[in-house]
Amino acid sequence: MAKKIIPKKTPMREQPPKERAKNYDEVPYGYSEKEAMQEARRCLQCKKPICIKGCPVEIDIPGFIRFIAEGNFRGAIEKLKEKNVLPAVCGRVCPQEDQCEKICVLAKKFEPVAIGRLERFAADWERAHGESSVPKIPRSTGKKVAIIGAGPGGLTVAGDLIMQGHAVTIFEALHKPGGVLVYGIPEFRLPKAIVYREVDYLVKCGVALIVDFIVGKTATIDQLLRDFDAVYIGTGAGLPWFMNIPGENLNGVYSANEYLTRSNLMKAYLFPEYDTPIVRGKRVAVIGGGNVAMDCARTALRLGADEVHNVYRRSRKEMPAREEEIHHAEEEGIIFDILTLPVKYIGNENNWVKEMECIKMKLGEPDASGRRRPVPIDGSNFITPIDTAICAIGQSPNPLIPQTTPDLKIGKWGNIEIDSETGKTSKKGCWAGGDVVRGGATVILAMGDGRVAARSMHEYLTTGVW
Amino acid sequence: MYRILKREQIVPNIHLLVVESELIHKNAQAGEFVVVRADERGERIPLNLVDWDSRSVSMIFMALGTSTYKLAALKVGDEIATLAGPLGKPTEKVQGKNIVCIGGCYGIGALYPAIRMFKENKNHITTIIEARSGLLLYWQEELRKYSDDFYEITRDGSRGFKGHVNDFLINYIKKNKTDMVYVQGCTYLTYLVSQTTRPFNVKTIVGLNPIMVDATGMCGVCRVIVGGETKFGCVDGPEFDGHQVDWDTLLARRRVYLDKERYSLSFYECERYG
Ligand SMILES: Cc1cc2nc3c(=O)[nH]c(=O)nc-3n(C[C@H](O)[C@H](O)[C@H](O)COP(=O)(O)OP(=O)(O)OC[C@H]3O[C@@H](n4cnc5c(N)ncnc54)[C@H](O)[C@@H]3O)c2cc1C
Ligand SMILES: Cc1cc2nc3c(=O)[nH]c(=O)nc-3n(C[C@H](O)[C@H](O)[C@H](O)COP(=O)(O)OP(=O)(O)OC[C@H]3O[C@@H](n4cnc5c(N)ncnc54)[C@H](O)[C@@H]3O)c2cc1C
Ligand code: SF4
Ligand code: SF4
Ligand code: FES
Repeated sequence: MAKKIIPKKTPMREQPPKERAKNYDEVPYGYSEKEAMQEARRCLQCKKPICIKGCPVEIDIPGFIRFIAEGNFRGAIEKLKEKNVLPAVCGRVCPQEDQCEKICVLAKKFEPVAIGRLERFAADWERAHGESSVPKIPRSTGKKVAIIGAGPGGLTVAGDLIMQGHAVTIFEALHKPGGVLVYGIPEFRLPKAIVYREVDYLVKCGVALIVDFIVGKTATIDQLLRDFDAVYIGTGAGLPWFMNIPGENLNGVYSANEYLTRSNLMKAYLFPEYDTPIVRGKRVAVIGGGNVAMDCARTALRLGADEVHNVYRRSRKEMPAREEEIHHAEEEGIIFDILTLPVKYIGNENNWVKEMECIKMKLGEPDASGRRRPVPIDGSNFITPIDTAICAIGQSPNPLIPQTTPDLKIGKWGNIEIDSETGKTSKKGCWAGGDVVRGGATVILAMGDGRVAARSMHEYLTTGVW
Repeated sequence: MYRILKREQIVPNIHLLVVESELIHKNAQAGEFVVVRADERGERIPLNLVDWDSRSVSMIFMALGTSTYKLAALKVGDEIATLAGPLGKPTEKVQGKNIVCIGGCYGIGALYPAIRMFKENKNHITTIIEARSGLLLYWQEELRKYSDDFYEITRDGSRGFKGHVNDFLINYIKKNKTDMVYVQGCTYLTYLVSQTTRPFNVKTIVGLNPIMVDATGMCGVCRVIVGGETKFGCVDGPEFDGHQVDWDTLLARRRVYLDKERYSLSFYECERYG
């Protein structure tokens, strides 16, 4: 008997915009058990579940959803953990609308199954109901692996290889693990306790985590290779771009990385209880249209800005940020200045930014990315007063490792070149993946790369064949 | 956590800090620095490495604001939350040159590894240390060991030459062949020396101290303009050609958090001393 399909996703309750714009608590509350079971029942349990193809780590989506529908939440989380070491993270920040949910069969006619929300539910349920036991670790293979960078990519490799019986050590440059999940994405979108808990789980499984260790400086890759049989480079894309326009070095002009690192990693929003300060601007301009820009704009609001403008050179349709993020930002009162490009910052006598000069844009012919190219409109320049500007136009890989590893092949954007089937770099014994290869991409793609590399690393460690 | 092996005030307000580390010495070189964070709520601040061995690294710091006050309150056996390094580009190696090395306040300590390295590379070294008063000069013995000539300058004349480092330097350069000047210390000193050597066209390397956060090239707060180009102090520096540095921008950027730093310090003192 064909079951009647409910056309829309079960809605998720959220903090009201006015309230949440003043606090750092998470915006969506998550499903209750009842809501989750109701949503899980929307899944058709397809014989050939195409949704799985949309997930870079190949989660058995109908499998875990069926457990939720049956009320077996422990079963659901165990199913998820077979493929994903960070379900609580992915359920929150994956661009599901472009991945698993995009190709769910329901999406052809209705709203897709809320796969991400269900994933988050299962992970949160586990957190509230005590840890699943640590899985049995196979006998030691005697092989040692070094993972550079404790971002989502590195953590995935660590999880996969520890389960194969290899000894795994993660080297992280900062004082906390998590990569962008901790220093970049704000608390109100991804509570840090969740990330630390997932890292703790890996540590319980036997992964060694060494923080404050900058590979390329504290030790080079060649030095690591004396002690380790294989190395995975998951150092991300941490080098911030600037626009190279006049006035960018004025006080009050931030890179997104600086702004977010101060606020998230260093907890500057709790200054002076925490020692790291941040400028609490009143009129803030955030330049760029991606997730990073949305995070900066919403952080500025929470730090007490009266007005936050998001300045983007194309139109709203071309914005690379997730729809949900743009929507949340709009609800909270971020003002969108689309088709606008800053050309200059103007300072006061103390070298503080006081104004920004912009030019209006129009959309021309499509460019290489298929998006219509923004073209400046002559004579449309205007000046607007600001006291803080945050440049969120992108980032590329940090050159520390390339500079100190001469035989590593590097592409023209400073990215490490790999064989995409295996994740192998040009250097024997070294793999790479995630943002250091792709430039700024996504959490789940970094994790997918990690999975591919881990498979190849395991093969190398057991056969010795490069 | 990293254990304190030694912390002592060597002259008023300037402290030596020795922290346990079996790692950092392996790649440490002159001109490099470490990042330290006193406790879980602390800021990440850069401090030059002044010495290292297989068990520990040493730093010399001046107590100025919250972070350095916290460090100054440490006792042997206490622990700090972060110690990461070595960071930055090492001092460029040169050979067979006449080098004048100048240090002031915490920079007197920061000179030490550079002088040692220069000496190992067979340079002729003239060391000049300066302070307001003789009371604030330190490490003379250590520095003399690697110096061919050694001078002290105090503004009040309580030790050595009375006056300012620039007067002394002008005289010195006029009389002695000088291939290079190397300076460690506060921004004012590095600026002053660069201005002094400019007319003589003597290459001048300065250790700069822009504000930093991660110190790995990730945030860009440490940007300085050198030769018209924006550089990151933590990975492209912290040592640069003093004649190429845009000093106005550096001085202004160091002041971004001035009011907040003062507030932070009064908050810390209230919390600590009630
Ligand atoms: C503000 C922001 C918001 C984002 N929002 C989303 C989102 O909503 N959804 C989404 O899917 N993606 C989002 N992304 C992108 C996503 O976070 C990244 O694609 C992902 O984190 C990349 O993972 P990674 O493991 O490759 O590297 P990273 O997460 O960058 O981690 C790299 C780690 O390596 C460390 N490291 C670097 N160099 C060294 C070294 N030399 N030695 C030792 N350690 C080193 C770094 O400190 C860092 O911890 C966002 C990114 C940002 C900046
Ligand atoms: C690469 C590098 C290496 C450094 N090495 C050393 C070192 O070896 N020893 C050391 O003591 N410091 C060193 N510094 C400077 C040191 O990092 C700062 O002094 C420290 O961050 C101050 O932190 P705080 O919280 O105690 O003071 P803050 O609260 O940050 O500052 C307190 C007040 O002092 C002012 N101030 C800060 N630094 C200086 C300064 N150098 N001279 C004059 N006024 C200043 C500030 O503007 C503020 O008004 C170095 C900096 C860099 C970038
Ligand atoms: S990990 Fe991401 S892509 Fe995969 S199923 Fe979960 S939400 Fe979808
Ligand atoms: S495609 Fe959609 S309906 Fe089918 S199994 Fe996957 S989630 Fe369920
Ligand atoms: S301190 Fe962040 S890039 Fe230099």
